[in-house]
Amino acid sequence: MNLTSLIYDFTGIHEVIHQSLLAYFNPTATYFIEVTLIGTALLLFIAFLGLSLVLAERKIAAWFQLRLGPMRVGYWGTAQTVADIIKLILKEPLRTANADKFLFNLAPYIIMLASIMAMGVIPYAKGLHIYDIDIGIFFVSAVSSIGVIGILLAGWSSNNKYSLIGALRSGAQVVSYELSVGMSILTIIILTESLQLSQIVASQEAGWWIYRGHIPAIIAFVIFMIAGTAETNRGPFDLAEAESELTAGFHTEYSGIKFAFFFLAEFLNMFIIAAIGATLFLGGWMPLHIGSLEGFNNVMDFIPPILWFVGKVTFIIFMMMWFRWTFPRLRIDQLLNLEWKYLLPINLLNIVFMAFIVLMGWHF
Amino acid sequence: MKKIIAYIGSIFTAIKTLIGGMKVTGHYFLHARKEIITQQYPENRETLKMFDRFRGEVIMPHDENNEHRCTGCSACEVACPNGTIEIIWDRKENEEGKKKKVLDQFIYHLQMCTMCGLCIPACPTDAIVMGQEFEHAVFDRSELTLVLNKPGSKLMKGVED
Repeated sequence: MNLTSLIYDFTGIHEVIHQSLLAYFNPTATYFIEVTLIGTALLLFIAFLGLSLVLAERKIAAWFQLRLGPMRVGYWGTAQTVADIIKLILKEPLRTANADKFLFNLAPYIIMLASIMAMGVIPYAKGLHIYDIDIGIFFVSAVSSIGVIGILLAGWSSNNKYSLIGALRSGAQVVSYELSVGMSILTIIILTESLQLSQIVASQEAGWWIYRGHIPAIIAFVIFMIAGTAETNRGPFDLAEAESELTAGFHTEYSGIKFAFFFLAEFLNMFIIAAIGATLFLGGWMPLHIGSLEGFNNVMDFIPPILWFVGKVTFIIFMMMWFRWTFPRLRIDQLLNLEWKYLLPINLLNIVFMAFIVLMGWHF
Repeated sequence: MKKIIAYIGSIFTAIKTLIGGMKVTGHYFLHARKEIITQQYPENRETLKMFDRFRGEVIMPHDENNEHRCTGCSACEVACPNGTIEIIWDRKENEEGKKKKVLDQFIYHLQMCTMCGLCIPACPTDAIVMGQEFEHAVFDRSELTLVLNKPGSKLMKGVED
């Protein structure tokens, strides 16, 4: 096993680490060390992701509005988010006098937990996959909806009417749009014939599903993007926060590191939605393959899978940021109209259409 | 049937308008380098050029002979809503032996000025204009009381005719 092949294939790496640890420790200790290692790696990755995504959001938002964005801390403002997180850690975590103390403190952890659990099953590259569960995609959609409990708890326990209204709006929104996300995922599951995320990626060896599933896959992708943006409570669907009406919605009363958890969870959810979208529609870490063009496929294979994954996720995250800084916000009734009168019927028809296409064998 | 056509039509109109909006912001994003509005202020102090209509302070232009155009008529003092301008004038004999009103000191209290610019159109001889300078912070309040006519300056010839 040499380093060059490691860039392309991570399959054997856990075995190497396992064997080298077993040489020094007994199996039980090895197990705990491995769990700690993976947990630490994931937390470091999450910290890096949070810092870079917040910076990217601020910079890209600025460029969309013909501003410069953060410029003072570090070269072109690159250390801005590090400074921000140090400030947030040093701040005093305040609590309102009549807040429900236990639930108030629990809420940020539930939100973070939901995001971290979903991060565990995403295939990052070939073999770089923490937990390849056989119902992977189902697990992701189940776990990511735990996050809404955290939002509701935060709103309820703050003992603040702005928080409560924000939390209830967020609940209505996430529960509604969960349907559309699930339905658009189902549309692709018809093609992949598996819920396991590694299988879903492997099934796209001959071409990505957005290309092979043609019309219904593209419709499903558009719906997934809309519903995914709504599920992460981002603009134009940021009714849960609604600065102008509800000060900050469900996290009005939070400060310091607890606020940072809510903030981080929003960006992690964006990453999760982008990663799931990339895995289902754009082939995950699978390079771009076109049918039987051998030379072209070999050139594409030369680019490491991890870069393919990062590129696709970046593309989807950029699209979501583009949406946020372009579209006007929706009102709560317009938001629910969009879901129940437009996205859901189109989605149901789309599933039937996709099933028909698969039945007739009209997909590539 | 009509309703269904309207429903499907509304979807396509929505998509069209959304793409239109994304085109606009996408253009901004791609041209962000050239068209950025933000000024990096303390760094670009040397090259910073304020726009023409910017009102930073009242100044009185003098020509190369140390001559200004102010006749000391006090129209600006009357026009000023918050007593920023004080004109101290004198009566002096000119070359022809006539007694005439002459400007002694044009006192400008910068700390009271709201930069409304009402004094500029009030001036019948265009003696004062709005300057571009805006860095007025000082450590002593008294430094904000300025005398706009330079020492030894006198009225430009032909202004009163």
